[in-house]
Amino acid sequence: MTRPLNGGVTAGRPQSAAPGATTVEMRGISKWYSNGVMANDHVDLVLNPGEIHALVGENGAGKSTLMSILCGLEEPTDGEIRLDGQTVSFSSPVSASEAGIGMVHQEFKLFPSLTVAENVAFRAEPTRLGMFLSRREARERVRELADRYRLGVDPNAKVGQLSVGMLQRVEILKALHRDAQVLILDEPTAVLTPQEVDDLFAVLRELRDAGRTIVVVTHKLREVMAFSDRITVLRDGRSIATLTTSETNPAEVAHHMTGRDVDLDGRYNAGSPAGVALRVDGLFVQNELGVMVVSDANFSVRHGEIVGIAGVAGSGQTELIESIAGLGGHSSGVVELDGTDIHQLSAAERRRKGIAYIPEDRRGVGSAVTASVSDNLAMGFHRRAPLRKGWRLDRAAMKRHSADIIEAFGIRVSHAKVEAGTLSGGNLQKVIVGREMSHDSAVLLVDQPTRGVDIGAIENIHGRLRAYRDRGHAIVLTSAELSELFALADRILVMYGGRVVAEYPRADATEAKIGLAMAGITQQTLTGSEETT
Amino acid sequence: MTEIFDLALLESVMRALTPVLLAALGGLLCEKAGVFNIGLEGFMLVGCFAAVAGSWFGGDAWIGVITAVIAGMLMAAILSFASVTLGADAIIVGIALNLLAVGLTSFLVRTVLGAQGTFQDPALDGLPIFLSQSPLTYLSWALVPIFVVFLRRTVWGFRLQGVGESPSAARSLGVNTKRYQHAAVLASGALCGLAGAQLALGNVVLFSENMTAGRGWVAVVVVMLGQAAPIGTLVAALLFAVTEAVGFRLQGLGLPSQFTTAAPYVITLAALVLVSVRRRTLTVRRARGTNSPAPSGGGATPPVPTDPATRATVSQGENHVS
Repeated sequence: MTRPLNGGVTAGRPQSAAPGATTVEMRGISKWYSNGVMANDHVDLVLNPGEIHALVGENGAGKSTLMSILCGLEEPTDGEIRLDGQTVSFSSPVSASEAGIGMVHQEFKLFPSLTVAENVAFRAEPTRLGMFLSRREARERVRELADRYRLGVDPNAKVGQLSVGMLQRVEILKALHRDAQVLILDEPTAVLTPQEVDDLFAVLRELRDAGRTIVVVTHKLREVMAFSDRITVLRDGRSIATLTTSETNPAEVAHHMTGRDVDLDGRYNAGSPAGVALRVDGLFVQNELGVMVVSDANFSVRHGEIVGIAGVAGSGQTELIESIAGLGGHSSGVVELDGTDIHQLSAAERRRKGIAYIPEDRRGVGSAVTASVSDNLAMGFHRRAPLRKGWRLDRAAMKRHSADIIEAFGIRVSHAKVEAGTLSGGNLQKVIVGREMSHDSAVLLVDQPTRGVDIGAIENIHGRLRAYRDRGHAIVLTSAELSELFALADRILVMYGGRVVAEYPRADATEAKIGLAMAGITQQTLTGSEETT
Repeated sequence: MTEIFDLALLESVMRALTPVLLAALGGLLCEKAGVFNIGLEGFMLVGCFAAVAGSWFGGDAWIGVITAVIAGMLMAAILSFASVTLGADAIIVGIALNLLAVGLTSFLVRTVLGAQGTFQDPALDGLPIFLSQSPLTYLSWALVPIFVVFLRRTVWGFRLQGVGESPSAARSLGVNTKRYQHAAVLASGALCGLAGAQLALGNVVLFSENMTAGRGWVAVVVVMLGQAAPIGTLVAALLFAVTEAVGFRLQGLGLPSQFTTAAPYVITLAALVLVSVRRRTLTVRRARGTNSPAPSGGGATPPVPTDPATRATVSQGENHVS
């Protein structure tokens, strides 16, 4: 019964519409890695034509492995895949793609200098005389697909100049051009703005209605509930449940994901702010290209207050936070910490004065991935007693120091000597959060604290941020997730084009208002200064 | 001025152009495939020797040309095996090959041809000359439009560029990126072999130690200057050739030879600086044009955005094989 699929290529089958309505069955899929890790343990997954199927689970639950197997990147140790009842085996993504299974990876694999049509057609090019590329045909094919599924992509646009949302559509087009009946999207919303997320799901519904099968790998419950037809939950490599979305609720899904009851997003509780801890006045920041990335930022943050900064990616939030931390480009203006100007100080001096910083890029900036967890936890403490003993480090003190933080922040490691890079995103984030909070600095800057972190860890980190605030610290927080800002922030600033364009106390903030301000549309003039001082 | 510019000058420009252009076209292919090939100098020098040896022992200049092509490809095979198959740093391997070429050819000219430093013999067959140019010169001209069509119109050329721009993207679509890179490096070896044959059997009929004298390095720069486009590469190579030819002429008019010999390199350097400065200003201007905060009236109500907020940063993958 095995239908062998070779790794060869049939260039772009323009097999017209009438979708083959493929049913995918994955039965008893297991995957052991040579290091003994069992990523999938007899997983069952059934995908029906014409559905949006959400595959959910925490990091390490085996979602990615399962999808890698389905799209031909990895071979299962055990179990079988059936397409319309026929057993198949894929030797490569190309053979899976020939069988009608396409995958949109989290990291886009595109050629920036080529056009949309060229990207879509690559390796499945329409040709003339067998060797000459027909760009016109490629363009028409892309235009036709884009029109049919309302993708709104210009085939002639250079990919390097498109927004992230558009790049994702180019990836979808690539799969459609290869006639994918089953489209797998890995964490598709991680990089999108709320508006782009809605647009994406509109496109996916269109594809579903045309009879194709959509699999969305995600851990965002809100989206799962809003857009999927059915949900399969994985936990610890096993398939725990398959649910019909209309008959379940977020709490049940979260329970299946974590195996316990979860306080979703946490409930916001108001802080009790005291005097001003951090004041930013007329801050301008230029990046290394000389472009003004933050213009005239004015705001203050009080002790015992969390100020959230909303904005679409690239609106200057990260640069603002970096600048306060003493990093990043050239800046001018006033940055005051408890009344003293620290604008001239270096990052190290600012830290000493009382600024802690949790950067967005936890592997590149927040930690040294090749160093041990213990060393990572010692960073920033190593110049002072008790870790420093004269001219050398006190290893025993370092051990105690790391053991304390690991214990207090519930970091799951077998040993403090483990390389930090081997930790999962959530666990590594706990290492960084633990280290920065242990500084007990007056001000904590947090850039995207829970990006790519699973539900359990989000709950943990949110709880700690609230507790830290309640101990009288000031927190500046940015997040791509509005729900996160609503769960934590006592006040929300919105940045657009490098400016703080709006400010709302938690009580006045609504998703609609903030969403508009994120697009640069606001009636509210900056009332921030009267409000906070 | 008439003493400087005449038909003879044009001919010497062409002679200076051919080896550099051939080698640069090879470098261009590697650049497109994402292999930074700085071994052109060494490939060319080995080509020079092989051309002379082939012509000497085979008794025919064309046997020399074929030997040169094979020798260039053998050198290239070392680079492509080390950098593409084994994943070594192409720059380091390239430097090693350049050093190897100097030593190897000096050694072989002594042992195989029995000459000290320079081998020259009236019986050594040089390339035939049509209208004062060797056939390889005409071939190099013909290659430019062929390259344009190859890169712009054919499926292979299209995929080759994709392989160079983002190997991971090409791989994900099932393209055997290594095969393209091997092919590009080997082709550059063949082209450098032709360049060497032109130098040793066309421009002059002799072999002398290190006779390429940096032309391979100039070719590397020419590829950058021409932004790895065939026409751009031709123009950049021409700039170098004109400087070299005029330099020789000025030397005849009494200018110090050190000055004129240095001229092509100085010009190349100056052109490189100018191009990179220009490119940088363009990048900055583009960044300013799209990303700078809109100058809003009083900072109160910024205008509705005209372009979607986030600019793409597509992962470029590994740009060069390393």
